[in-house]
Amino acid sequence: MRKFIECTRQQPIMFIVLLLPFLITSLNAFGQSTDEPAGSWMLSPGILGTIILISIVLLVAALIGYYKVSTLVDKAMNSGSDSTLDARYSSASAYKLKGDELGSGIPAQDNKGVVTAVSHRPENPIVDEKKTTSISLDTPPELRKVILWYMGASAFWLIFGTLIGQYVGMKFVWPEMDTISWLSFGRLRPVHTNTVFWGWASLTMIGLGYFVVARTSNTIIHSYKLAWRGWWLINLSVLTGNIFLMAGINNGGGEYREYIWPVALLFALGLIITFINFYKTIAKRKISEIYISNWYLLGGLVWTIKLATIGYLPNIQNGLGETVIQGYYMHQGVGMWFMTFTLGLVYYYLPSSLNKPIYSYSLGVLAFWTQMLFYTLIGTHHFIFSPLPWWLQTVAIVFSAGMFIPVVAGTTNFLMTMRGSWNEISKSYVLPFFLVGVIFYFVGSTQGSFQAFRFTNYVWHFTDFNVAHSHMTMYGIITFILWACVYAIVPKITGREPKQLFVGIHFWLAFIGLFAYMISMMAGGTFKGMSWIEGKPFIESVILMKPFWVWRAIGGSLMFLSHLMFAYNFYLMVSKTKTGLKTATA
Amino acid sequence: MLNFHKNHRNLVVTSLLVFVGLSVLIAVVPASEIQRTKPLPSMKDFSKQERAGLNVYVAENCVACHTQQVRNIEMDNVWGSRPSMPSDYYFSKKRLDFWRQSPSILGSERTGPDLTNIGKRQAGKEWHLLHLYNPRIVVKESIMPGYPWLFEEKDASQVSSDEVVVAVPEQFRKGSSRKIVATQKALDLVAYLLSLKQADIEGEPGIKFIPAKKKNTGTDSQTQPSGPDGATLYTNTCGACHQADGKGLAGAFPPLAGSTIVNDNDPELMIKIILQGYDARAEYAVMAPFADMLNDDEIAAIATHERSSWGNNAPAITAEMVKKIRESIKTISQK
Repeated sequence: MRKFIECTRQQPIMFIVLLLPFLITSLNAFGQSTDEPAGSWMLSPGILGTIILISIVLLVAALIGYYKVSTLVDKAMNSGSDSTLDARYSSASAYKLKGDELGSGIPAQDNKGVVTAVSHRPENPIVDEKKTTSISLDTPPELRKVILWYMGASAFWLIFGTLIGQYVGMKFVWPEMDTISWLSFGRLRPVHTNTVFWGWASLTMIGLGYFVVARTSNTIIHSYKLAWRGWWLINLSVLTGNIFLMAGINNGGGEYREYIWPVALLFALGLIITFINFYKTIAKRKISEIYISNWYLLGGLVWTIKLATIGYLPNIQNGLGETVIQGYYMHQGVGMWFMTFTLGLVYYYLPSSLNKPIYSYSLGVLAFWTQMLFYTLIGTHHFIFSPLPWWLQTVAIVFSAGMFIPVVAGTTNFLMTMRGSWNEISKSYVLPFFLVGVIFYFVGSTQGSFQAFRFTNYVWHFTDFNVAHSHMTMYGIITFILWACVYAIVPKITGREPKQLFVGIHFWLAFIGLFAYMISMMAGGTFKGMSWIEGKPFIESVILMKPFWVWRAIGGSLMFLSHLMFAYNFYLMVSKTKTGLKTATA
Repeated sequence: MLNFHKNHRNLVVTSLLVFVGLSVLIAVVPASEIQRTKPLPSMKDFSKQERAGLNVYVAENCVACHTQQVRNIEMDNVWGSRPSMPSDYYFSKKRLDFWRQSPSILGSERTGPDLTNIGKRQAGKEWHLLHLYNPRIVVKESIMPGYPWLFEEKDASQVSSDEVVVAVPEQFRKGSSRKIVATQKALDLVAYLLSLKQADIEGEPGIKFIPAKKKNTGTDSQTQPSGPDGATLYTNTCGACHQADGKGLAGAFPPLAGSTIVNDNDPELMIKIILQGYDARAEYAVMAPFADMLNDDEIAAIATHERSSWGNNAPAITAEMVKKIRESIKTISQK
């Protein structure tokens, strides 16, 4: 806590900027009513806050864009000096030492163009040349194999899951693309969500986690056998679960627990095995302190195991009991698993990519406990105005606002770690992913808190705005950070780097795609909600969404293309390993 | 004491225990409390067929797009006459079987309309079957998927008398001249949908709708003539069958444009049909009665809209006229 206060003293501006949306809206955040006059809805705290948040992301994108463009312009301006340079080259080739160079009074010259020519002729003309990774980490071949197979499987599920997502997205525009029962919208939608959750994000997270626990505990993994069992269980769970869903066998349609319990049990066993493996590895660490990343990794694992158990408990699911559990389960699935675990990864991979320590260890600890305390209580904010008890809804709203604390603590910590290294961002292909992920962590989470308020819920609930929010978080935060970590670690353990141009293409396709997706769904969702409030016929809200669904499909296509690029980059990083993935797999 | 920084066991056990404690408080206890809610006296359990239909509803994951909750805010008033309450879900949210738990029918997204009251709002079986086969037959702009696998194509000679043939219009049949017959699953699903009616409640409901706007804040109420909007009501209530252009659907729903009943100077028959429903013509589907769903003002607005649109030209109808006919029907039925 002392650190927390210290850092507010040192960096008041950063804190105020981060807290700005909160300060503006906090005045009447709690005393909200729904009887806002229709004309001033734009000024309601939640909506105003959301607009500010989105403009933050736009600002960051503009800054990155400006940086890139100005480099290009500089390059163009300097290109005129080539002829002079050529002349210098020819004189330099005829250069002979006179013997009085050292100790003479002649001013220093760069006749050979050693300094001036160096960075002006990049290998590729489109993107800035990035630093190559200089460190090659000596990783046990068994561990390397485990990590790469977890990532490889997850890359497959990413392609598959987002292909399905893109397909169901297009069905909004062309509802008659097919009339095959296995491919109908209702059955495919959970295939998309469950695949990207349990197939893509979870597998990559665990793969990255294996490296972190071993590295930060300065020891080797407790059991590689268990790691492989976990791999099989989780992949088997996603595979059979998807087949069941497409065949029309689901658990009852509750989001993210559509897999029937035997399938979910496979996944839970995978998690339990992973937990045992992580726990025992950390238990035999060679240093006395438990690094902060491991707090989050262990916490995320035990909480999720417990969460899955409660989610599938049979005796509390009758009547609206199921709905209480549904709100709790679906929100904690996101908060206690993906968010917690991914934060743990950031606490290791971000500082290690910058080659410096995390800004504040204590802020990390504060964020850990508040994450557990506040996140657990906010599930019912998915059911505002529903027949669930009003007190449960109010608790959810209040603690949703409380989420500002872990979010601001985490964001401050990450941004302060990056501070002083902003130049690195244009020189690294890893850091832009981290920066976007961290900014979205702040923007997406804060926006989510705003969305829990009663008035914003009034406009946005049940509309496509929810879909925008879930992509802003699961994609903008989790997926971008996971990509950052993959690009940070894989070259170091395989000794093989991806082509920088391709990483750049991956980044910009994903980012622009996500933005098109988000903005179209947010705008469309708002218009939809307004149309309902005005009491227009329902079908009008379907008709008005058409152009927004088209834009969503366009954004989604860009995102999908970026995933193909990512898979190819991953292939490049592992396929032709110098010292040999081959020896590792053999 | 606990030394989380150095003792991994304490760290894990503490974070697990606190999480379990919070989870019990926020999820397990409220869930087991609320599941004890009893049904309203006016509610009855599903029939075997309706329950089979609920299973189809879950298997096709209709909950991905359709909610079943009337929130306690004004805008949801179109989906039910009162906000939903825990008792409403007594029969619909029970464990499905050994493999599958109680269905999440409340939903989280309203890509399609709320279905809490669909059995009242859209009481026609024929409409539902057409709509399931291909929603665009009856709602041109719909983006709902069709469910042709819930239907069979058969030659006219193979169709037995107890099977339900769906009158799919020519352009939706892809050139096939065979009969389209509803399977048992389709019939079950429709039976389930028709059973979805908000249960009546004695006296005033405990929860009321929170109004959308402050009452009488502006001068709007004086500039605009008060009373319901006939065109909107028509779209919400009648348009699904009689269509937005008033032309109906050949073989299923009769046209209102140019109809002699609608254009009749004496509106008695027209209002009676709206109030009591209609089943006098074999070539068309049965029309459900609307006496309980619409009040006199609303019926007058709808009828006036119908009598002055799509080239129709007949005098307007007032709420008093509707009231008179409603009363005369009551006295007849009491005798």
